[in-house]
Amino acid sequence: MRPGRQAAALVLAASLAAGLLGCSAAARGGGADRTLTVFAAASLKASFTRLAGEFELRNPGVKVRLSFAGSSELAAQITQGAPADVFASADTTNMAKLSDASLTEGAVQDFATNVLTIAVPASNPAAVSAFGDLARPGVKVVICASQVPCGAAARAVEKAAGAALKPVSEESSVADVLGKVISGEADAGLVYVTDVKAAGDKVRGIPFAEAGQAVNTYPIAALRGGRNKELAAAFMATVTGPDGAKIFSDAGFGAPVG
Amino acid sequence: MTGLLGSRPGSGARRRGGSTAGRPYSGIPAWIIVLAAAGALFGLLPLAAMVARINWPQFIPLVSSEPSLAALGLSLRTAAASTALCVLLGVPLALVLARGRFPGQRLLRSFVLLPLVLPPVVGGIALLYTFGRQGLLGRSLEVAGIQIAFSTAAVVLAQTFVALPFLVVSLEGALRSAGSRYEAVAATLGARPTTVLRRVTLPLVLPGLASGVLLSFARCLGEFGATLTFAGSLQGVTRTLPLEIYLQRETDAAAAVALSLLLVAVAVIVVGLSYRRPGPAGPGSAGRAEPARS
Repeated sequence: MRPGRQAAALVLAASLAAGLLGCSAAARGGGADRTLTVFAAASLKASFTRLAGEFELRNPGVKVRLSFAGSSELAAQITQGAPADVFASADTTNMAKLSDASLTEGAVQDFATNVLTIAVPASNPAAVSAFGDLARPGVKVVICASQVPCGAAARAVEKAAGAALKPVSEESSVADVLGKVISGEADAGLVYVTDVKAAGDKVRGIPFAEAGQAVNTYPIAALRGGRNKELAAAFMATVTGPDGAKIFSDAGFGAPVG
Repeated sequence: MTGLLGSRPGSGARRRGGSTAGRPYSGIPAWIIVLAAAGALFGLLPLAAMVARINWPQFIPLVSSEPSLAALGLSLRTAAASTALCVLLGVPLALVLARGRFPGQRLLRSFVLLPLVLPPVVGGIALLYTFGRQGLLGRSLEVAGIQIAFSTAAVVLAQTFVALPFLVVSLEGALRSAGSRYEAVAATLGARPTTVLRRVTLPLVLPGLASGVLLSFARCLGEFGATLTFAGSLQGVTRTLPLEIYLQRETDAAAAVALSLLLVAVAVIVVGLSYRRPGPAGPGSAGRAEPARS
């Protein structure tokens, strides 16, 4: 290897290392840390992005970092020590995992609810109009696997409706179910009301009465490992306050029960 | 990937240069060894970390539960079918690429190898637009009464798509390094192309073919992204072992880790088999070529 190249490699390595150090130094940020890290369920992406924008506007100098993924994925990350100030889950089970392990701090507050709906491709090829139609032979139905919250909810409404579903696929996330409906692979899928709303005119939602048998509650809590307790409390107040309520109802969420 | 690259010289590249006198030169600088050790550690450490997390008393019940066995069985069956399909399509492709001379050959090779560098999810989307119900061929297939979506056939298609380049690369490398001298001799002696292929070419490159077969089988076993996107996930039908692991992780981390180890074990056996041929034997290794399958 020529000396020139070696020097170039050294410079590159040094600048990379400096970059890494710089990043972590900025993240630590000493006392004047005005960055809030929020872990939120994937279904909250649109509404939390809006909320965070408004929160930043009202609190100049504050930066909200959002991380979206499946609730169980986020809960696992937090358990493994991921640095987050606030966790908003799409179900109570994953929040309970954290509060049972004393990883949350203060009260766990419910801020929204979500129910399932039938999503069909815009052309509705299988002419689905009610929950019972999903049990018709030849109708390709896709639901979530029972290991994930939307799948547990799907099994609950199936029981309430007394119709035995024979899904052609049990996906591991509600986004995958919606994807199969949008692409027209499936004739129908069970997804959340908010998913249909967010998908626009690519799918049609068909509400059904039994959906009320499985209401998903969204809780939010500050985390013990968080570095910014005050900001966390302020952000949670926005989520559970009137601003949050407006944004969540726009997105199709229901108000928290009780 | 390392197996892929490593398999080429072993399968006969050495033969071209004839037998080297004595031991080959191996003056490896010390700093290379240090980096190599770091590289090996980078691969081994995560495996060790996973093994450390195994709940041994629960291991057997976890991997022998009904969903686990269904997933393992499905994985082995679909990987075997996909590998057969890879051989059927990949051997002719490798022959054409290695021996043929035609315009657009390099372009064809690039496209055949594309799935190697493509994220599998992208492959799944492409397959969806080809064989899906609304896809290029899917619509005609559906008219003909063939439904691929959400069937085991979809899993096989996804696996074949991602594994085919592994077979083509291994075999093409073997074909090129074996050269075409013997074939030319056979042809001058009056053997027809099919006879030359059967009696000369294929026996010559059998080790390369065997390692290609094993590598594509291993790649099929590990297929996840394209299957998830294209085939769906249903126990016993489309939920292969990687999909089962991904799902179990949602609720039961211990089961996911146990199943991961099972998959690693199967993969290690498969890759190990493809390396069993002693590399340095060099000349003559092409003839002794029992594909190590049992």
